[in-house]
Amino acid sequence: MLKFIATRIALLIPTFLGVTLLAFFLIRLVPGDPIEVRLGERGIDPARLEEMRAQLGLDKPLLEQYADYLAGVLTGDLGRSLITQTPVLDEFAELFPATIELSLCAILFALIIGLPAGVLAAVKRGGPLDHGVMAASLTGYSMPIFWWGLLLILFFSVILGWTPVSGRLSAAYYVEPVTGFLLIDSWMSEEEGAFLDALHHLVLPSIVLGTIPLAVIARMTRSSMLEVLGEDYIRTARAKGLGLFRIVGLHALRNAMIPVATVIGLQVGTLLAGAILTETIFAWPGIGKWLIESINRRDYPALQGGVLLVACVVMLVNLAVDLLYGLLNPRIRHAK
Amino acid sequence: MTDLVLKAPPGPWAEFWGHFRRNKGAVLGLVIVLALSFVAIFADFVAPYDPAEQFRDFVLLPPAWVEGGSWAFPLGTDDIGRDMLSRLIHGARLSLFIGLLVVTLSLVVGVALGLLAGFYGGASDTLIARFMDILLALPSLLLAIVVAAILGPGLVNAAIAVSVVIVPHYARLTRASVMAERGREYVTAARLAGASDARLMLVTILPNCAAPLIVQATLGFSTAILDAAALGFLGLGAQPPTPEWGTMLSSSLQFLQRAWWVVTFPGMAILITVLAFNLMGDGLRDALDPKLKR
Repeated sequence: MLKFIATRIALLIPTFLGVTLLAFFLIRLVPGDPIEVRLGERGIDPARLEEMRAQLGLDKPLLEQYADYLAGVLTGDLGRSLITQTPVLDEFAELFPATIELSLCAILFALIIGLPAGVLAAVKRGGPLDHGVMAASLTGYSMPIFWWGLLLILFFSVILGWTPVSGRLSAAYYVEPVTGFLLIDSWMSEEEGAFLDALHHLVLPSIVLGTIPLAVIARMTRSSMLEVLGEDYIRTARAKGLGLFRIVGLHALRNAMIPVATVIGLQVGTLLAGAILTETIFAWPGIGKWLIESINRRDYPALQGGVLLVACVVMLVNLAVDLLYGLLNPRIRHAK
Repeated sequence: MTDLVLKAPPGPWAEFWGHFRRNKGAVLGLVIVLALSFVAIFADFVAPYDPAEQFRDFVLLPPAWVEGGSWAFPLGTDDIGRDMLSRLIHGARLSLFIGLLVVTLSLVVGVALGLLAGFYGGASDTLIARFMDILLALPSLLLAIVVAAILGPGLVNAAIAVSVVIVPHYARLTRASVMAERGREYVTAARLAGASDARLMLVTILPNCAAPLIVQATLGFSTAILDAAALGFLGLGAQPPTPEWGTMLSSSLQFLQRAWWVVTFPGMAILITVLAFNLMGDGLRDALDPKLKR
């Protein structure tokens, strides 16, 4: 097992280096000079421009800039945002909890609906319920979520007035950020009603972000469940006269969950990509919205750092899923 | 005496069609795709108006069946009086064009990389596989956004950006199938007959790896249309006044409360198109390769 873990981690190193290289060079290629962007359209004294370029290290050869960058990355220094002058890592750390909170709620929503829907569809295979679940999941899978978010806002926020249109918390409340997770912070705080308000703000974005994972989970649960329900030990359980609920809940579901767990882990990339759109629509102050703003402001270091950190998060979660899967399934562990 | 009737076994096309048409969803998807293709090709004749023509007297007109609407503009008009239906029809042309461009580009590059990696193995395999891993480590839309930002906004650039994202999928798929095929007897036989490497890869092996690639290419259309629309929505794809569906959505955001139709219809068009390709892809998978059935 140790060897398995070591190999998996070693495999990550070239990928990590590749991602830093990609992040670095891709972002140098973006058109537009960051200094001119920062100073606006006004003219600037050429000597002063050179001075600023030198100050930011933009005058060195590209390869040297990359070496500097990599050395910085390895010591946790991702540079400073050109716009706000805050270290990129700090900005990321401040905004990331908002994205995690949203993603966790989205995956929770997807699980609460997707698992039972998949199980029911498998048990009632071929019936109207099964067809309904499959049709709904294919629709969800094909959904342009930016449009889906707008429709939900139109219906629940504008027409019914049930949910807020954007943001994480109403302006009427102030909650001291302790963990960065607003649900926890507002629960702990003295502010009356802040928790419910935060929860209100989370509902629509979670549904929007959770839609595609929900479709994937429902489909996966159904097919995995169908496979397990055909196994001999299920027939044995049936022959023993066990009730359907007990068979499905106790015997089948546990084994059907293994592939589903992997699929959930692999949804992290989908979630982070979806977060970019969801956060933009709902003005959710997370890293997705921050990345888009960085692109529009031509904030190279922020974009570079953000891309790198997001890639690292995806790689680490995939590693964790891999290891977990190896733990659950010895065949994977011992395969070459 | 009994009449013994010998029927020839169905040819590959007949067999495929027999499987495919049993899947009602897949047939529905095919019909929608064919209809969309027709509309896209003949957009100039099908659309009632020019997509850029502005009817200044009919700004934000609701759809015909709503009070205040007119059958002259069945799906209403947008904020500067352009006919929604005509814009959506021309948008179908753009979306299918993007889909075709992305699938062609990524298929050619992905299959080439996959063939090289799978056929030669060794260092070229390691290099290509690592590079694909790097591309896959980034969430697809983020990578597309970064590429689109580098190339600058625009329809074709958005298509290139999405292609970059999809290439690894084809490369991996091809690589896996090629590795499974290259040790087979027919490949050895062709090699002994003196076939060159290029001939072995392209003529001998590739056709036997086609089934999963066809399925993936169909599903690739839906990814391409969806991601290109997302880029358009974020302002990194086609630029207004291009009637691209995602771009139409983003430029009508401010009318969300006043005029639901300018937001609802473009999104519905995206959903229906993507859904049709997904339905068709699922049907193709079941018909072409039972092993792939999930």
